[in-house]
Amino acid sequence: MTSSVQDGGAPLVKVRIPPVLRDVVDGARQLEVEGATVGAALDALFARFPALHDRLTSDGKLSTFVNVYVNADDVRHRDGLATALGETDTVILLPAMAGGADQGGPTSRAGTVSTVWAPDSA
Amino acid sequence: MPEEGPVLTIAARSAPSTATPFTPGFAGLACSACLTPAPSGPRFVCSQCFGPLEATYDYPRIAGSLTREGIAARPRTLWRFAELLPVEELPLDGLAVGFSPLVPAPRLAAWLGLRLLWIKDDSRNPTLSFKDRNVAIATARARGFGFTTLACASTGNLAASVAATAAVNGMKSVVLVPADLEPAKIAQAEALGARVARIDGPYDVVNRLCLELSDEFDNWAVVNVNIRPFYSEGSKSVAFEIAEQLGWRAPDAVVAPIASGSLYTKLRRGFDELARVGLIEAPTTRHIGGQPAGCAPVATAFGAGSDTIHPVAQPDTIVRSLAIGSPADGQRSLALARVTCGSIEAVEDADTIAAIRLLAETEGILTETAGGVTIAALQSAIAQGVVGPDDEVVAVITGNGLKTLEAIVDAPARDVIEPSLDAFAAWATREGVS
Repeated sequence: MTSSVQDGGAPLVKVRIPPVLRDVVDGARQLEVEGATVGAALDALFARFPALHDRLTSDGKLSTFVNVYVNADDVRHRDGLATALGETDTVILLPAMAGGADQGGPTSRAGTVSTVWAPDSA
Repeated sequence: MPEEGPVLTIAARSAPSTATPFTPGFAGLACSACLTPAPSGPRFVCSQCFGPLEATYDYPRIAGSLTREGIAARPRTLWRFAELLPVEELPLDGLAVGFSPLVPAPRLAAWLGLRLLWIKDDSRNPTLSFKDRNVAIATARARGFGFTTLACASTGNLAASVAATAAVNGMKSVVLVPADLEPAKIAQAEALGARVARIDGPYDVVNRLCLELSDEFDNWAVVNVNIRPFYSEGSKSVAFEIAEQLGWRAPDAVVAPIASGSLYTKLRRGFDELARVGLIEAPTTRHIGGQPAGCAPVATAFGAGSDTIHPVAQPDTIVRSLAIGSPADGQRSLALARVTCGSIEAVEDADTIAAIRLLAETEGILTETAGGVTIAALQSAIAQGVVGPDDEVVAVITGNGLKTLEAIVDAPARDVIEPSLDAFAAWATREGVS
């Protein structure tokens, strides 16, 4: 992953954690990690909290149930996980509500559509 | 799972005297992806995999208690299917929602070259759209969870529904809408008592803000966020009613608009559930969906044969109620269209306007722009052979045309006619009505 920061390493950015995930980050609403891109920031976050990695990834890819924003922008409208970050940026993780969509990573998670309408879960 | 549940009573404003026993079939929430159960409450995301929570039901128990005759004896509201809705008790307050007419549309059918066409006219709900169904259920649960304020992100119809339902339940309402929404929709919600927050951005931005604020404003029931697993189930009742009104069967094809894709996919869930509890045969219904061409992420993926839905950053369409660039149920919609041999059509705004006029002039139903998309999508599906002349088709009309009059009313003022017979005769000749 290429860095947009040429000197002094990756910027320190804020990551906002949704309520349902706070139990695996010691209750934090917001954390600070280093990352020159959204992907690098998430990798840093996952390294610190492996349980978060388990919940938010599948087959090594970010779950399609997660939408990632940088400040107010959906990263799918920018460069996906390669979206560059600066010191003042906040990365926001939000649920994709239902079916979700891939974040512009190498592959989408095909398994998402396996439960199409009437899940046999009763 | 217990064999016997509490026997409760169905009562509704429209027909309180026909109260009937009801054994809840709701069996709690579970993740639709990893199937992990979750406690029933104001939550919508799986704590294990971040997937969406959905309502589950004890179908064998429902099959043992719910009969066609029992349903037929109940009040004509969506609560007549209470066993298949995510509630343990029925609300004492509320609007009389659901059981909208299934209207035969022979003149439109003839125009389209179809044998049998029905309009499910869901604009005939209390606030003139199908959203009253979702909000009725969400509100019943929200009150039970102890909330006193209802909120939502809305493209218009939901705003009015939340406002009216809050009013009749003695609750407060706050609705977030894109700032450029049709004036009639904002006026309707405000008149019904909602505080309307006009947000600078398209719906997806409003929705993102609503997701964020549901964290901070956790004393609000944001019906399509933290109450969503309950809210979204309301759309199933459209399918329940269609099947009952057709004489307990599913149609060959059903046509619906796609905004988030929730209604489109829940229609199938409704037919499937009726089959599962033995009330209809297994459906073979093809599901036709429509999106405006200026915001058609799911139709585009369907047309391209792709599994990837590219979100639309800046929707450009007169169909504000379908202008959702990142549809929550997009992937499921795509799968449903494919599995049922249906289709998802992209409809140009000009065709939407023409279809609004066509429905109005053939069947006397004035629909909002989303309904125009539905009729135009049907036309497109017929042209491509997805729907054939011998199919029995149901088109779901989701909202009333008075909400989006600007789409069909030309800006210039009409002629003012001098009150004389000569002047009137001249006007009649010009208009071709003499």
